[in-house]
Amino acid sequence: MNDQAQLLPGTLDLLILRAVSLGPLHGYGILLRIGQISANALLIEQGALYPGLFRLVRQGLLKASWGTSENNRRAKFYELTVAGRKRLQEETDSWNRLAGAIAAALSQQPEEV
Amino acid sequence: MKFVDSIRFRFAALFQRSQMNAEMEEEIRSHVQHRADDLEHSGMGRADAERRARIEFGGREKYKEEIHQAVGGNFIETCMQDLRFSLRQLRKSPGFTIAAVLTLMLAIGANAVVFGVMNGLVLRPLNVAQSESLYGTQYGNNPTWQSYPNYRDLRDRNRSFEDLAGFNFAFVGFDTGRDPIAATGFATTGNYFDVLRIHPYLGRFFHASDEHGPNSAPYVVLTYAYWHSRFQDDRDVVGRTVRLDQHPFTVIGVAPPGFQGTLMFVSPDFFMPVLNEGQLGAWYPNDRSNSGGLFETFGHLKQGVTPAQAMADVDAVGLSLEKTYPKEIAHKHTNLDRVGLTSFGPPVRAFVVGLMMLASLILLAACANLGSLFAARAADRSREVALRLALGSSRTRILRQLLTEAILISFGGGVLGLVGSFALLRRLSTWQPMPSVPIHLPVTPDAKLYVFALVMALVSGFLFGIVPVRQVLRANPYEIVKAGSSGRIGRRLTVRDILLVVQIAICAVLVTSSMVAVRGLVRSLHSNFGFEPRNTMTAAVNLAMADYSIEKVPAMQRRMIDAMAAIHGVEAVGMVNAYPPLVYASASRRNVFKDETSDLKPANAAIAPYSFDVSPGYFEAAGTSLLAGRSFAWSDDKNAPAVAVVNREFATRIFGSVTNAVGRNMKLQDGTRAQVVGVVEDGKYLGLTEAPEPAMFLAALRSPYAQSYLIVRSKRDPQQLAEAMRNKLRELDAGLPVDIQTWTSLLGTVLLPSWLATMALGVMGLMGAMLSITGIFGMAAYAVSKRMRELGIRMALGAKRKEVLQAALGRPLKLLAFGSAAGLLLGLLGTKVLAYIVYQATPKDPLVMAGVVLAMLVLGLLATWIPAQRALAVNPMILLRDE
Repeated sequence: MNDQAQLLPGTLDLLILRAVSLGPLHGYGILLRIGQISANALLIEQGALYPGLFRLVRQGLLKASWGTSENNRRAKFYELTVAGRKRLQEETDSWNRLAGAIAAALSQQPEEV
Repeated sequence: MKFVDSIRFRFAALFQRSQMNAEMEEEIRSHVQHRADDLEHSGMGRADAERRARIEFGGREKYKEEIHQAVGGNFIETCMQDLRFSLRQLRKSPGFTIAAVLTLMLAIGANAVVFGVMNGLVLRPLNVAQSESLYGTQYGNNPTWQSYPNYRDLRDRNRSFEDLAGFNFAFVGFDTGRDPIAATGFATTGNYFDVLRIHPYLGRFFHASDEHGPNSAPYVVLTYAYWHSRFQDDRDVVGRTVRLDQHPFTVIGVAPPGFQGTLMFVSPDFFMPVLNEGQLGAWYPNDRSNSGGLFETFGHLKQGVTPAQAMADVDAVGLSLEKTYPKEIAHKHTNLDRVGLTSFGPPVRAFVVGLMMLASLILLAACANLGSLFAARAADRSREVALRLALGSSRTRILRQLLTEAILISFGGGVLGLVGSFALLRRLSTWQPMPSVPIHLPVTPDAKLYVFALVMALVSGFLFGIVPVRQVLRANPYEIVKAGSSGRIGRRLTVRDILLVVQIAICAVLVTSSMVAVRGLVRSLHSNFGFEPRNTMTAAVNLAMADYSIEKVPAMQRRMIDAMAAIHGVEAVGMVNAYPPLVYASASRRNVFKDETSDLKPANAAIAPYSFDVSPGYFEAAGTSLLAGRSFAWSDDKNAPAVAVVNREFATRIFGSVTNAVGRNMKLQDGTRAQVVGVVEDGKYLGLTEAPEPAMFLAALRSPYAQSYLIVRSKRDPQQLAEAMRNKLRELDAGLPVDIQTWTSLLGTVLLPSWLATMALGVMGLMGAMLSITGIFGMAAYAVSKRMRELGIRMALGAKRKEVLQAALGRPLKLLAFGSAAGLLLGLLGTKVLAYIVYQATPKDPLVMAGVVLAMLVLGLLATWIPAQRALAVNPMILLRDE
């Protein structure tokens, strides 16, 4: 567990959008999907997911509807809205730029400065 | 659009909270079930799996709260929570809550009452259309009053008013056929209602077109209130004939309900044309020098004319009239004022503003008081606050909660104060300080008052609520929790100390001013009036009310005087025409010229003394002592040479000395040559504050006047005496309305303003005293409770009672002394301001100083008594075991 990284503030929303972009999922499914796509490298407390989900619905980036899960249980499914897809694209781009810049900065060798 | 959505969402979130909660609950349950399913697959028992899943999910309530925060709608929710929590907190300390609410109630109540009075008398315009352009003039040789011809010229020559109306008072016997009752009306010019632009409730009003010279319009318009009380809302009253002083008048209409004449604090019973006033007594429509023609004239200013321009215009008319009629008119500067208060305006305004200042002082003191209470409370709760901070509560949340408490208290105090002031104002508006004059204070509470009180309460709540803010913001949870409840005992000056000193100073100011006021009143009651109102009965008789012609008046008055003198136990009887000195502030001046002056225009007058027409025996009955010469005799009538009695001031000013005056001659305005036959002591004639004024007494027999006061001096029981007087007068004429009162009660009128001021200041002083008690008590009790442990140790180590007390209460008492000294000083400086509203307010009064010091001392002792008892009752063993 110790090699799991703490989430940076604000990144959970991005991860949720990314997870849902691959198809409608319920809350637990999103959690599993994030674990899957991040190779379980990120530490997320399960409950912490839900404030983020409600926030994204409130912002109109996700829409939610009740349905039946693969376990045959009632669950609330989330899917991206058009605005959500657009936001995901923007956030991804800006994250990549930021990450690239940080990575570049950190990989500089002393003599190159 | 987005904003609207957000608002809608927040409200939706708030109101659908229960629905949302259910949905959240279900979603979380679903999540846990899915997780448990997975865990079960990996070989766990179902029960274990579900428990494990729940633990992994984390703090369910915390996340639910976060969800609520995430979707908004949280603000109102949090407020409700704060509200509930605050209510719980306040219920837990009822003593504090009650003290705080009561303190605020007093302060808000006092402010609301004063504001109500101000609103009614000063802020609220007269209840007629477009009253903002309605201005009244004071013009002529007397402030306010002016003669009818002068009014007519002013009306026709001015270029500032659309039209000019005027009114006078008419005190009549109002007879509906069975029962003559004294009533007060306004005798108005014909255009009165048209200038005011009001319409009758019933029937019609009279107009300028109804006026065809003196006594041409015998019409009466009733006020709604009089129609209601005297005629029981009888709609058939229009067209009926009533008798005013025995003369027939026709009721032609009823004024609308909201209209009570053009004077704020007098509500007349009826209106009649002033041209018919001649029927009711002496009224001279053509005498330009008779300034008693009209009380006030007023009208709407023309569009675009400023009050200053109008004043200049009226002044110009006045000066040109003075040039045309130098004998009759001495023009003084014109003053325009809003209709409703007229010449009473400036003193009323000064009085109300003074009261308002005192009331805000009360509020300030209450705020300081509550501020220190809250600060003490916050200090007491520092541990609780520290714990909450340590457990992750945000400082804003804690502050918000403290502020909620303050606002709750201020709201409670505000509402209670408003209810109290409401009741008081209701009483005031139906109050009749003088039975013979329909005084009416239009102070019925209105919406403005509610808003004012509520804003006041909230502002003050905010003021004292923010006092402990610094304390909370600075709090370091770690330090406080570690240090324990006893904390550090600060030796330095804290905010609380300063607040207490400020509060005590303010209270001492209030106590000082109330004492100055009370002393002033007592002194003015005991000052020398120039007559002795005690043991004196007066009977107001207006022979015009029984329709005596002026020729019959002197004989009838003589009969009345003789009848009074025949009553057993009566020492002296006299009579004065119109009103006695000081009564209804009605003394008037008359021009007197030196004997050698031949051109008798007002500008040449040597002196303008107050003038009274009195009968023989008046000075003896009034208790005015004769310094030289003689008083009047029954032989000083129309056929004898004119004689006068003057007072000492008159004698010394004109003739050099008292002895010099007797036997000297002077001239009156009408050219009569009068000889001074006697000199009497100085007195008060118009008001109690006046400096020694010259006065002159002439023989009533020479100028018969229907309205007079009989003055009867007797040591008999007033009730019996009044009864005997009434019987005697009834024997003489059963149809004559008489008003019998002691002179002292008549003087109530002239003392009313200062009595009111004293009452108001007394109440304020009392409130100040109460506030300082609660303030000192709070501080002392807090100091003792904070130092219980220290006191216990001191006692265990053998400290004496005195030392314990000193340790416990030294500081509050020191602050008290400091605050009182400051307050006393400020209060004495403030008496200069007080002198405007209180007679004889002087700071150089050892009794007042001693009184204030004593009062504050007693207050301090009272307030520290219980804390001192607590400090002395400290049982070291129990206390130390407790900790």
